[in-house]
Amino acid sequence: MSTQRGDLFADIDLGREKLINRLFHGLLVAASLFGLVILVLLIADVIWESYQGLTTFNIDPVQFLTEPSSSRAERAGFGASIVASLWLMALTAVLAFAIAVGCAIYLVEYAPETRTTRLIEANLANLAGVPSIVYGLLVLALIVNDAGLGSVILAGAIALALLIVPIIIVASIEAIRAVPSSVRDGSYAMGATTWQTVRQVVLPQAMPGILTGTILALARAIGETAPLIMVGTMLHATRYPSGPLSSFSAMPTQIYNWTYQADRMFNGLAALGIVVLLVFLVVMYALAGYLRKKYETEGSITNV
Amino acid sequence: MSTEPQSGSGISGDDSLEDAHEKNKRVRRVLFGCATVTVVTTVAIFLVLFDNAASYFFGARISEMIAGGGIERTVTFTEFFTGTRWAPDHSTPAHGVLPIVWGTLAITIGAGLVSIPIGTATALYLSEYANTETRNKLKPLLEVLAGIPTIVYGYFAVSFLTPVVVGGIASNIINPTGAWLESVSFLAPFVIEPVAEWMMGVRVGRYSLLAGILVVGTMTIPMVSSISEDAMQAVPDDLRNGAYALGATKYQVSLRIVLPAAVSGIFASYILALSRAIGETMAVTLAAGFNANLTANPFDEIMTMTAYLVSMARGTSAVGTVEYQSLFAVGLLLFLMTLSMNLLNDRMKRRFQEEYR
Amino acid sequence: MSSNTTDTSNETESTTDESSTLIETEVSVDSQRSQTPTETVVSATNLSVSYGEQRALSDVSIEIPENKVTAIIGPSGCGKSTFLRSINRMNDRIPSCSVDGELRFKGTNVYADHVDPVALRRTIGQVFQAPNPFPKSIYDNVAYGLRIQGKADDVDLDEAVERALRGAALWDEVDGQLEESGLDLSGGQQQRLCIARAIAPDPEVILMDEPTSALDPVAASKIEDLIDELVSEYTVIIVTHNMQQAARISDKTAVFLTGGELVEFDDTATVFENPADSRVEDYITGKFG
Repeated sequence: MSTQRGDLFADIDLGREKLINRLFHGLLVAASLFGLVILVLLIADVIWESYQGLTTFNIDPVQFLTEPSSSRAERAGFGASIVASLWLMALTAVLAFAIAVGCAIYLVEYAPETRTTRLIEANLANLAGVPSIVYGLLVLALIVNDAGLGSVILAGAIALALLIVPIIIVASIEAIRAVPSSVRDGSYAMGATTWQTVRQVVLPQAMPGILTGTILALARAIGETAPLIMVGTMLHATRYPSGPLSSFSAMPTQIYNWTYQADRMFNGLAALGIVVLLVFLVVMYALAGYLRKKYETEGSITNV
Repeated sequence: MSTEPQSGSGISGDDSLEDAHEKNKRVRRVLFGCATVTVVTTVAIFLVLFDNAASYFFGARISEMIAGGGIERTVTFTEFFTGTRWAPDHSTPAHGVLPIVWGTLAITIGAGLVSIPIGTATALYLSEYANTETRNKLKPLLEVLAGIPTIVYGYFAVSFLTPVVVGGIASNIINPTGAWLESVSFLAPFVIEPVAEWMMGVRVGRYSLLAGILVVGTMTIPMVSSISEDAMQAVPDDLRNGAYALGATKYQVSLRIVLPAAVSGIFASYILALSRAIGETMAVTLAAGFNANLTANPFDEIMTMTAYLVSMARGTSAVGTVEYQSLFAVGLLLFLMTLSMNLLNDRMKRRFQEEYR
Repeated sequence: MSSNTTDTSNETESTTDESSTLIETEVSVDSQRSQTPTETVVSATNLSVSYGEQRALSDVSIEIPENKVTAIIGPSGCGKSTFLRSINRMNDRIPSCSVDGELRFKGTNVYADHVDPVALRRTIGQVFQAPNPFPKSIYDNVAYGLRIQGKADDVDLDEAVERALRGAALWDEVDGQLEESGLDLSGGQQQRLCIARAIAPDPEVILMDEPTSALDPVAASKIEDLIDELVSEYTVIIVTHNMQQAARISDKTAVFLTGGELVEFDDTATVFENPADSRVEDYITGKFG
């Protein structure tokens, strides 16, 4: 029996095809690992340079975290930049959140099938593709110079808010659409108006998704450098910002300025700054992931 | 069908209903206002860029011209689009935008040569070859790559890519006795020396086109891989099963079934990655430099359009100076380039959606 | 007269002893109640509904009596649910939907220009096929209607919630846990919560769209018992694909057939035992006998 079966397929030679398949498989694995190798190298590089900064150049971590920056490397700290970035994030969130969520609610729950609606939707995709530096140019001309606001934290926040509004809108639309229509029907059948339905039923259920999207968008904004440079941020955060109308250098712009310096000690400072920035990012991603997970389990109960 | 609120006999609304309707209408207007903010932003970008760019070419902003300001040709379009020297801030200024457009294109094309093959291969691996466990581990790691701020990539270019990778490549080409070239050193008179000579002596400075290409290429890999993978996942399994039932190998299914079926989605990912490369700023500035050279030598410093914007903004260029005005001319050009890429991407995506609906 | 039907249903569906005796008594009550003359609360005249080009309901004329249970049966896709949704204008929410003809609620054409669908829905409650409690507490679910309708200040909310929950035969099961999420209840309890939500603002008509189809038989029979109690205060219009259910709980039965046509409307007993239209007989015997 078994020999017969062998004979049956004896004339089919798969050797060559199998070889090609295996080579191709190897090629794909190698390509997939490329990204990972870079990621590992990048993180190792930042850690190594930070270590160098702490040992070779004796950067004091406490001084680094609390002092403002300085043109003299041995006196430079990151504290003022951290505070500036926190100000920026808070203002950006305030400016972007309400507008973005309002736009998403309008598009999903209110918008009639008109040309205006389609225009707004098509424009969203376009805005998401505008390079971040262009938002910086817009704010530079309109807010910083024409309106005379100057290169202050608020101007930077406006640029970042414009940048992330489309991102929050897209995430919010997704979260609002994910609310089952049966729940909406339940509310409308009670004689609720659209706003009553949105306010009382749709938004509470979509909020975790909207917040997740907002946090991810803010994580994008906190690392953005180019729009802030265009707005005309300070080179060094040499003093703590006093409020939204104070000049500033946020974390990414301060890292840029240190990276740009020829002095090796500044490179160590930049690496340490990157570590702080990445810690912020990890916390934000973790928060978003936690919200998403909670949201997903709640969602499964809804689908009884 | 009218949904206007009015009370009818038998089905009468009371005051609370009137209030609810009134509130709903008010909220609707506010929300519509929010929605128009996005359109206003786009319009503002157009207007502001055109308005300020006009002063670069005509010595007056459009708003000033309307107010009756005089027009005075400062920079001609011929000089702008055909000149080969870009130095608006120089004491003998030159306004040929070609070198920085070239810088942007060189980075974009080079980055595409890195991210497109690697990204597509990664997507194929994730979609067709990897088992669920590998996939669930690899995908989030690639997303991390996409989530790292560009300034960090810029730092990576300065502290690692340029000295270690680019420097390593360069020293091996200059010096054919380098370890890996020793075995092929008999080729030196025919290949390596002419190449090195063509490069006219490779000096790896702080900045190089190659470093820019490597860093932007790496940054855009996740964009290609994740969107291409989505497109591949959208290919119906029936197609794969049909091919497997005919005795096809995974390799054949990947290349002959999945790739062609997902092609417009994959192309959309390429366009998006290229568009991102055009607008990329920080990494490119820190890796490729500020020198507007018209060169294809990968070891030379170049300047992209975005790097020019950064270099001008970093200095303090006063409003009304030609440097300030040139920001908007370059910004407008950059915006129009990415806009056309986005429109192309939009069309590709729509085509892809039509195919699978 | 409908005892025959009830017997059959008891044989085919293995309900518990308790519930079968309940259904026995129900039927006798039903036949008594149908003797008393009643007023028409919902009436349709040549009502047609289309979704784009697709006609879902064609030329339906019907008069639905007050304080009765009217069952609407028919094969899937016959327009039962469309008819139900056209009564409280929930069809307005579907952009492609267009309506011709008249549908009167207490004499007012609900499709007249001056009628506000939101106001209409405040007087007509609806219970859906799958339970759809809001992701809120049990209390907030029941109070929802009173709150959005601006009645929360005029009534004692706690009392109204309790009354509605008692009316929906859920009070004994949820007393003391009103602050827990409505989503934590079982499927049958969720559906009774939705009924409580619908009756809390005291509507005149309750529309039910296959309210037991997502439930197990025990939970379904509880809902059926409940419908029988509700009808003393409310007019109930129920769409069902379950003919035994229609026979058990309704006073009047309307049969829709494919194409959205109303082919028979009469006392339930007549429809099931002696239908005038041979197609109805085929439909009923085809599945029922």
